[in-house]
Amino acid sequence: MSTDTPSTPGNDPPSRAELAARIEELEEELASVKDAERSGGDKMSIIATKGTLDMAYPPLILASTAAAFGYDVTVFHTFWGLDILHEEHSEELQLSSVGNPNMPVPNVLGALPGMDKVTTSMMERRISDNDTATIKELIETSLEMGVEFQACQMTIELMDYDEDAFFDDVKTGVGAATAVEDMAEADIQLLI
Amino acid sequence: MPSDFDVSETLDCKGESCPMPVVKSKSAVDELTPGEVLEMISTDSGSISDIDGWATGTDGVELLEQEEGDDLYIHYIRKTS
Repeated sequence: MSTDTPSTPGNDPPSRAELAARIEELEEELASVKDAERSGGDKMSIIATKGTLDMAYPPLILASTAAAFGYDVTVFHTFWGLDILHEEHSEELQLSSVGNPNMPVPNVLGALPGMDKVTTSMMERRISDNDTATIKELIETSLEMGVEFQACQMTIELMDYDEDAFFDDVKTGVGAATAVEDMAEADIQLLI
Repeated sequence: MPSDFDVSETLDCKGESCPMPVVKSKSAVDELTPGEVLEMISTDSGSISDIDGWATGTDGVELLEQEEGDDLYIHYIRKTS
């Protein structure tokens, strides 16, 4: 390879002014990329897998709050998480009286028939006394805020649920690939 | 009542707990025009931190002032854009 430096005008080193102009151009481009990233919409993707009364709250509270921050939120409900979106079942979510050492009754008593009903109604009373929003209120509020609730098609079929039994505006006909796509684009991903 | 700005709308969130004060404030601010101020009245002690965090993390809103007293937490939020 020749080491001669050709002296054709096209290969002249750029002048200071040209470099300054180029830097300015790149700075503007960087600023516009940063702006686009910010205003391009932050995204949050939640996977909701649990259907007990206590575990139904975190995805709904976080989804509605993130929507208030301006996030585009999708919540993909699978397995027992489907019950949160089921109009009838969502009103009857239970609190398990066993398996949680923080419950006021010992596990050995919690396992007795009917104890889940007792602990569930204790919790429902607390929810009501403390003016905590109900599951239904949180779902309706989240939908108003633009949260997209998705019901996993595979689990719908596995559980033999009727697609019409879900709240209006719940998206059905979606699977794991949709969830992965949402997670890949999201700034925050949570499995609950 | 603060004197250096006018309140355009008042939102009563008394008796509501997390996440409703934040969520309802967002909906109320959406109804304002830029420059207008929302007064939000809450009984939720967590709303002081939550509204501050929400206003900091959300484009187009500015938290002007927060007042505490008699189990009430009052927030003044300006819509900036």
